[in-house]
Amino acid sequence: MHPLLEDKLGKKMVMLGNEAIARGALEAGVAFTSAYPGTPSSEIALQFFQISQETDLYFEYSANEKVALEISAGAAQCGLKTMVTMKHVGVNVASDALMTLAYTGVKGALVLVSADDPFMFSSQNEQDNRYYGKLSALPILEPSTVHEAKEMAKYAFELSHELQEPVILRTTTRINHSSGVVTLGPMAERITKGKFKKDPFNLVCVPAVSRKLHAKLLENYEKARAIGNQSEWNLLEGQGSFGIICNGVSYTYVKDVLQEMDAPDKFRILRIGLSHPLPDQIITDFLKQCEKVLVVEEGEPYMEEGVKAIAQEAGLTLPIAGKGENLFSRLYEYNPVMVKKVIGTYFGVPYQDTKPIDVSDLPEIPQRPPNLCPGCPHRATYVAVREVLGDNAIYPTDIGCYTLGLLPPLRMGDFLIAMGASVGTAGGFARATDDKVVAFIGDSTFFHSGIPPLVNAVYNNHNFTLIILDNGTTAMTGHQPHPGAEVSHINLPLNPVSIEEVVKGIGVKKVVTVNPLRFKKTVEAIKEVTSYEGVSVLIARAYCPLFERTLPHGKKWRPFYVDLKKCKKHRVCITKIACPAFYIENDNVYIDETRCTGCMLCAQLCPENAILPLKKEVA
Amino acid sequence: MNVTKIMIVAVGGQGNILAARVIGEAAVEAGIDVRMSEFHGMAQRGGVVESMVLLGDGISSAISDGEADVLVGFEPSEAIRAAIKCNSRSWVITNTRPVPPFTVALGQDEYPDIQATLDKIAQRVEKLIAFDATELALKAGSAMSMNMVLLGALARTGKIPLEPDLFRKVIREKTKKAFVETNLKAFDLGMEAASKAM
Repeated sequence: MHPLLEDKLGKKMVMLGNEAIARGALEAGVAFTSAYPGTPSSEIALQFFQISQETDLYFEYSANEKVALEISAGAAQCGLKTMVTMKHVGVNVASDALMTLAYTGVKGALVLVSADDPFMFSSQNEQDNRYYGKLSALPILEPSTVHEAKEMAKYAFELSHELQEPVILRTTTRINHSSGVVTLGPMAERITKGKFKKDPFNLVCVPAVSRKLHAKLLENYEKARAIGNQSEWNLLEGQGSFGIICNGVSYTYVKDVLQEMDAPDKFRILRIGLSHPLPDQIITDFLKQCEKVLVVEEGEPYMEEGVKAIAQEAGLTLPIAGKGENLFSRLYEYNPVMVKKVIGTYFGVPYQDTKPIDVSDLPEIPQRPPNLCPGCPHRATYVAVREVLGDNAIYPTDIGCYTLGLLPPLRMGDFLIAMGASVGTAGGFARATDDKVVAFIGDSTFFHSGIPPLVNAVYNNHNFTLIILDNGTTAMTGHQPHPGAEVSHINLPLNPVSIEEVVKGIGVKKVVTVNPLRFKKTVEAIKEVTSYEGVSVLIARAYCPLFERTLPHGKKWRPFYVDLKKCKKHRVCITKIACPAFYIENDNVYIDETRCTGCMLCAQLCPENAILPLKKEVA
Repeated sequence: MNVTKIMIVAVGGQGNILAARVIGEAAVEAGIDVRMSEFHGMAQRGGVVESMVLLGDGISSAISDGEADVLVGFEPSEAIRAAIKCNSRSWVITNTRPVPPFTVALGQDEYPDIQATLDKIAQRVEKLIAFDATELALKAGSAMSMNMVLLGALARTGKIPLEPDLFRKVIREKTKKAFVETNLKAFDLGMEAASKAM
């Protein structure tokens, strides 16, 4: 049995934040779930994926976040309790559907988890998705701890059902990827089939309907505001005259820091858990008790702006601060010591400085930059492209492991903004320069958002090559399936979609498929597709070696070694390939046999044929 | 506030998330509140992985610079990189077996002088325990049990409010069956090594 299905009421379990969110949804009776994976949200979907294989919970990895939201929106219209999970930038993709789903509302419940990533541990930006609350008028809940993440996930379903609206559960990486002790609650029954009641004049958003629905949405917003003003998620603590308004993990830093400062009677805390709509009444009452107020929130001054507006409305003129010089930054994550310093400085309360040891004279430690794994077929494709075109082309790239091709010596990646954007921007680069343009996109990303821009390129007669790096899985986020992925080994009754058929169906006339681990053939194929005038596609297909290892039919390759008698130290292996399985000792290149996957790329490039398979059997 | 802050740093694939999990489970067994966070970059393998474990009072799960009571390094250069987490009362426990980044392995970057640097850190913290934990893990039966060697050393220091037997119980119940004996042996070897160093 999946550990999250444990039915022992009151049992304490150590859970990851993302597991706690999934458990909260299960306790609420979630029946229908969908996701597009993305760090730091991916483990929520993983729980649902696993549980769906042993229960009647529905889960799917959808083609992208918008589709994931729409699938669950359909189910929620039929009365089911649904959850959709994605990373913060995924909400941008889903937002078109979300903005108007806010108008129709939902019948059962729909909880959208937006996993924000301050500091960008693994993201392209650190946008603050609380503004989606303002944009959509939908309620937002923000947990501060792992235990609360479970409780809030559960409550989000109640709130969604009560308001008949989607509810956004907004987390940050330090909630998703923290673990804590969670107390199990009772599990609600899962109702997996619903009924759809036709109601076109409330559900089909033509202008006349939407005019009515927008007014209804604003009424709902008022309801949500009233709920927020009564909500126990907006916690009040302390009796002092120094006010601190905070949210999410910032609250945990504030709490611990005030304990440490030993001045609890000076302070008064308002922890806002239901952060959209802001609880204006609670905030007004709070401000009236305070001399001055500090707003502690990672990211944008979302609450600070709201609190200042509320103060103005109430005619209160006390100092309110948050972001600014000697205050908090809009950048990155916060930490307890930073919070302590700002609180101490702003309120003039003495605090004990935390003194790290002197590290100024310690040697600089070499970085460990992320790198394509040994045996990664993307590296092979990039080496071949560099062989053919060098720096004489523009290389728009996309989101996935293959983004790491930007590092030397591969240096394959000139522009990156969003999922699917390599294909979209390629046409612009080509039109504006007449330079050769070769765009890269992964298989999962191609299905996510690479298809419409390819249709556009064919229709508008653009001139570029798209290389689809097909490693058979969504590798970067942990090997989730995608619409093109073969999944028969886990007995999923799915129909993989052929990339070749899609590309040809769109009307691309030049389509070549190659195994990038065959170097010469790949070089030939690249020459062929890049000399074609118009839109051409190269599909570079070889499994992600980490994924292949988990497949029952996955091949086990023999590692290679460098024959030092043959090696003449041209170092092509290092200067062109730089696979992390190589290392240099006493000026000789060696291959770490525990890391070499036997992909044979280097063996094909070595001018002395000095790289050979190890003879002994590999255990 | 009665809280113990443990920072564990490692290279991806060295098993520090499991080590943190064992501490967490041991804390639950002991009825002590525990909060952990784990952070890694985009690398599947070979990147830096940080775990923070907080035992006892408080609600946050982050450790700022200068706040670690114990810093556990699974790899010596990573222990040095994270030294700023320590203060003059901190304890440092580190493996001395290097795992050079690939840039060093390829001759593009320089690996620091570990011994000299650890000597400097030793003078600035309360106690530094450094030994080849990988060798002990191999002695126990598998290089992968290096994480358990360092847990043994951590348990032996008395810097955390958890008895060694609690760890043994969790290792028996929560680590993979095939590795339990190796893990227990590795844990005991780690305790011994710390004893000698203390």
